[in-house]
Amino acid sequence: MLLLTNALLIDPEANTAEPGSVLIKDGRINEVLPQDADLTSYSVPAGTAIDCNGKCLAPGIVDIGVKVCEPGERHKESFRTAGQAAAAGGVTTMVTRPDTMPTVDTPETLEFAKRRGSEMTDVRIAPMASLTKERAGREMVEMGFLQDGGAVAFTDGDHVVTDTKVLSRAMVYARSLGALVMGHPQEPILSDGAAVTSGKFASLRGLPAVSPLAERMGLERDLALIEATKVRYHADQISCAAALPALKRAKDAGLDVTAGVSIHHLTLNELDVGDYRTFFKVKPPLRNEDDRQAMVEAVATGLIDIICSMHTPQDEESKRLPFEQAASGAVGLETLLPAAMRLYHAEQLSLPELFRAMSLNPAKRLGLDGGRLSAGAPADLVLFDPDAPFVMNRETLKSKSKNTPFDGQRMQGRVLRTFVAGREVYAR
Amino acid sequence: MTFRAEHLLGIEHLSPTDITAILDLADQYVDLNRSDRKHSEVLAGQTQVNMFFENSTRTQASFEIAGKRLGADVMNMAMQASSIKKGETLIDTALTLNAMHPDLLVVRHPHSGAVNLLAEKVNCAVLNAGDGRHEHPTQALLDALTIRRAKGRLHRLNVAICGDIAHSRVARSNILLLGKMENRIRLVGPPTLMPSEIDQFGVEVYEDMREGLEDVDVVMMLRLQRERMDGGFIPSEREYYHRYGLDAEKLSHAKNDAIVMHPGPMNRGVEIDGTLADDINRSVIQEQVEMGVAVRMACMELLVKARKLKPVGVMV
Repeated sequence: MLLLTNALLIDPEANTAEPGSVLIKDGRINEVLPQDADLTSYSVPAGTAIDCNGKCLAPGIVDIGVKVCEPGERHKESFRTAGQAAAAGGVTTMVTRPDTMPTVDTPETLEFAKRRGSEMTDVRIAPMASLTKERAGREMVEMGFLQDGGAVAFTDGDHVVTDTKVLSRAMVYARSLGALVMGHPQEPILSDGAAVTSGKFASLRGLPAVSPLAERMGLERDLALIEATKVRYHADQISCAAALPALKRAKDAGLDVTAGVSIHHLTLNELDVGDYRTFFKVKPPLRNEDDRQAMVEAVATGLIDIICSMHTPQDEESKRLPFEQAASGAVGLETLLPAAMRLYHAEQLSLPELFRAMSLNPAKRLGLDGGRLSAGAPADLVLFDPDAPFVMNRETLKSKSKNTPFDGQRMQGRVLRTFVAGREVYAR
Repeated sequence: MTFRAEHLLGIEHLSPTDITAILDLADQYVDLNRSDRKHSEVLAGQTQVNMFFENSTRTQASFEIAGKRLGADVMNMAMQASSIKKGETLIDTALTLNAMHPDLLVVRHPHSGAVNLLAEKVNCAVLNAGDGRHEHPTQALLDALTIRRAKGRLHRLNVAICGDIAHSRVARSNILLLGKMENRIRLVGPPTLMPSEIDQFGVEVYEDMREGLEDVDVVMMLRLQRERMDGGFIPSEREYYHRYGLDAEKLSHAKNDAIVMHPGPMNRGVEIDGTLADDINRSVIQEQVEMGVAVRMACMELLVKARKLKPVGVMV
């Protein structure tokens, strides 16, 4: 039993941020109490009441698309370090990517990921499996077995399935199971070899570039197949304004489609690459400021449903290269919440709106129980101070890889405590 | 004025006064290079290392002669044949060389930004001899010196840069330099060879060569960089020559005293007519090569002297 008093309760379901208390029993939220409730009747054992000092209490983040480099590249990130990073970042459920070595494409590899996740981390693991074997885009995986084994979604990650026959069959099969397919909207031939988004900056730096239209084309293709197959579909990252009309049309037409965006595309733009800073090389590449603004707006209106960190650890060697040759990706588990606070302080998104996109919507989309701040929900919670200022120092990150684009930047918003099933897994 | 740049990585970070200072000094070196005793002791005792990660005969020779005429000890490293093949990273190569205390690294690399990366890791002056599609500052400076000497000024000129702009670091550096010196720049070429949003660089873009050359003072041709192309940018060489190759007829649209430039090496009959290239009344292509040595001498002298003005960190 645990009583969290005097908190600002961020409730994404009710879209409210109001003072109150939360009583936790048996790993679940037992009762949510308003500020004026008489707490004297709640006799909790000594040491199990925490005064939150008016700080924010929100449902823990459900982060879709976390790369834990296990199996295969444990020198970049292991379940242990990813779990620590997640807890420190207020992420209570890591939805892991299958693009490991080997790929999570069989019940056996899925079992490995699940077991390592539960043994080595204090947060919840919801693994995804690949859509095709070895993410090669030729044969579909054993979706039924994998779903029975706990795969919450099927995705080939950034390997776009180019063979539309294979993709449409995999989608039809997934639909029969009610499984969720996660796509990476991108025209792979256009974007092949691209390091940045085409435009003035790319031309000035002389870097190979791709037009944002490649994303729209990829999305339009996937949407046509979704219309034909009626599969449940989630676009992992939408990053440019050009893709939004198609997304809106699909949603208006009643297709079972949701979309995500990474925190990097919401808070950074292409100019941040500056003089070839490889920590800003992500996939898809950072876009221009108009696109960034459009993404923030789309999250506010709900057209884009989910914010994720796209946590992608890369070791120093893969980043200390000329920009074109450097690996893509940035770590994000620990910086997701403070970076999201930039949007709150800029008055572009409210706290309940942010947690709707970071906690409630991803949990709902994956059929998970969390993401809510109401009686009966699992007590997966994050207590944070949205105003606490700090300067990001990448060496303090718990991730094994330190490739964060926010290194050296002034940020606001710190996680104070993280709870999973009512148990404290992180305290500052 | 004092030239204070630590490195010469691109035209982007130079001011108009920096550019003028380099050109003024280079003018003096033109005279030295034309004299009997082509030697100075400005860089005596200094070590210059030429690291070329991409093949180049002309540019490397130009830098080597420039260094030797200034009295530096010059070493050439053909990086394609060496440690890169053994899997050493660019940064490790840089650190290894750095430990040998060179004073000047001249670097060419096939990837944009690679020279910037290298410059962050060494404590000597780095001179960019061309990186990917990014910049080739000494080429733009030697072009500027050639124009200034032929036209008597380096401002308020109409300059047409023609051909494969998209893959050309020469074009980028020239656009930046000529823009900083307040010239009117036209880019001429097929749209498949234009970088995206290039019109935002304060240039005028022409797809028709005759229109683009109308009344220009300077015609700058670019090499059609076939080795850089993914394929399929233009239908054929002969169609390219027909529409964008410089010949006497197309040149007749420019001013009567317009000069013709080319950074070399030329593809005669692809982007430029051979006879025109050799016409000493119009073509300044040989002068460009001559100015190249002088400009590189000036850049190296200014860089090494700027270094001596401030304490250099001790390498651990």
